[in-house]
Amino acid sequence: MSTTFDLATTPLREVNAALHAPGISGDFVIGNPQGAHNVAVGLDAPVSVTVEGHVGYYAAGMNQRADVTIRGNAGTGLAENMMSGTVHVTGNASQSAGATGRGGLLVVDGDAAARCGISLKGLDVVVGGSVGHMSAFMAQRGRMVVRGDAGDALGDSIYEARLYVRGRVQSLGADCEPKEMRAEHLEELADLLKTAGFEEDDPASYTRYGSARTLYHFHSDNTY
Amino acid sequence: MCGIVGLHVRNPELHSRLGELLTGMLCAMEDRGADSAGIAVYGNEAWSPAGRATISLIDVGAPAAEVAAALTAELGADVVVTEVGDVLLASADVDPEVLPAAARRRYPHVLVGGFGTDLAVLKGVGRPRDLAQRWGLAAAQGWQGVGHTRMATESAVTPAGAHPYAVGPDQCLVHNGSFSNHATIRRELLAAGVEFDSLNDTEVGARFVAHRLAAGRDVATALTDLTTTFDGFYTLLVSDRNSFAVVRDAIACKPAVIAETGDWVAMASEFRALAHLPGIEDARIWEPEPEVIYAWTRAQEVVTA
Repeated sequence: MSTTFDLATTPLREVNAALHAPGISGDFVIGNPQGAHNVAVGLDAPVSVTVEGHVGYYAAGMNQRADVTIRGNAGTGLAENMMSGTVHVTGNASQSAGATGRGGLLVVDGDAAARCGISLKGLDVVVGGSVGHMSAFMAQRGRMVVRGDAGDALGDSIYEARLYVRGRVQSLGADCEPKEMRAEHLEELADLLKTAGFEEDDPASYTRYGSARTLYHFHSDNTY
Repeated sequence: MCGIVGLHVRNPELHSRLGELLTGMLCAMEDRGADSAGIAVYGNEAWSPAGRATISLIDVGAPAAEVAAALTAELGADVVVTEVGDVLLASADVDPEVLPAAARRRYPHVLVGGFGTDLAVLKGVGRPRDLAQRWGLAAAQGWQGVGHTRMATESAVTPAGAHPYAVGPDQCLVHNGSFSNHATIRRELLAAGVEFDSLNDTEVGARFVAHRLAAGRDVATALTDLTTTFDGFYTLLVSDRNSFAVVRDAIACKPAVIAETGDWVAMASEFRALAHLPGIEDARIWEPEPEVIYAWTRAQEVVTA
């Protein structure tokens, strides 16, 4: 039994406030999002929320503990700074998906646009399709899996996040390099793919990318 | 910020709904820019009568009847002037290219909103919703329309600073973003004899495209030239009577979404502006890639229809 909110008739703030009620749990459905911004933001409860349609900016931002499924596409800043829980988008995501995410799992079944996982701080991101340019820019911690291709400047100025890409990488950003897939990497990738629902993928078909660690300390010739 | 919208209608049965659909698109983007707005409609007989050239005149400072008499004398052809809100639309059976010069000879301070054989451009200062109401946009018909909601960053909040910039015959350009090297390109265009109406960065983009088209380039080539010449942030929607094109800069931080069905192609800054379009639930929806030129032509639709 789930509770349904219709955004065609209920103001967004009422819906979000209802989902912020102290001690809340259970299943919720949000209908008619019509591309609205800030749908299901700031959740901090063990709830399951399904959004039936396309959403605008910052959907499921700052999520903690909740499991949010968006049955459609998501705009800029999907699940930005999420802390825990899961966010799953069945369509595509626009730029900066999972930006600054600290924990939990973000799954985009389709493509994610530019700057996916920018400044990642511990979140795991699994993208079913491809990601755009400058993805994982300055990513510090966490893992990003791309089943398709990556655009220009992947992992520019990356710290200690781990990136796994199955397809072609248009170009690598500053200080990002391919790395050996050791047993522990194959194991963690297999685990991530399974959790995200892509367990048929062969982890050995992926390449790992990470920091060459040449930007960690100042060098006067670190110029471009 | 700013919001841009555009609708290229393929199914003639939807021509009668163009204004209604464009009104919804424009008003949905009011959050992105509420200081000024503008629209361009292709093929609305009430604004741009078939077989005549039409020019949009803003801030003329004279009543419609006087403008009609003055331009009739100037052109030696019968000029009909229609008032649409604060904008005067003057039409005559002449080559559209002669209209801007004729209007400026009589009214040196007039702002030419746009001109062509099928195009009417309306723009002004105010909330998009109020302007759309004043223009009666919902009743407009036609095969193509574009709109812009402005949050000014690069020049004054005046009608001359509002988009669209429709500076070549039946051409129209709307922009979300800001060009950073527009002053340099403006100087080059001025040296080539191009004249400007405003200090706005987008006008430089529109004049650049019009200059390239006048030199014989097609829309896609002119936009490729733009991507290699202009620096800054932009999502652009560029149209003429037969074409509808979208391009974003290499960084692509300014949003854009395109939706396409057999009945129409639509573009907007955000999906919210497309949510009410008929058949959107089955549309192909995607975000345009940086520096890829997406173009549709009416001629192609005519061939396939």
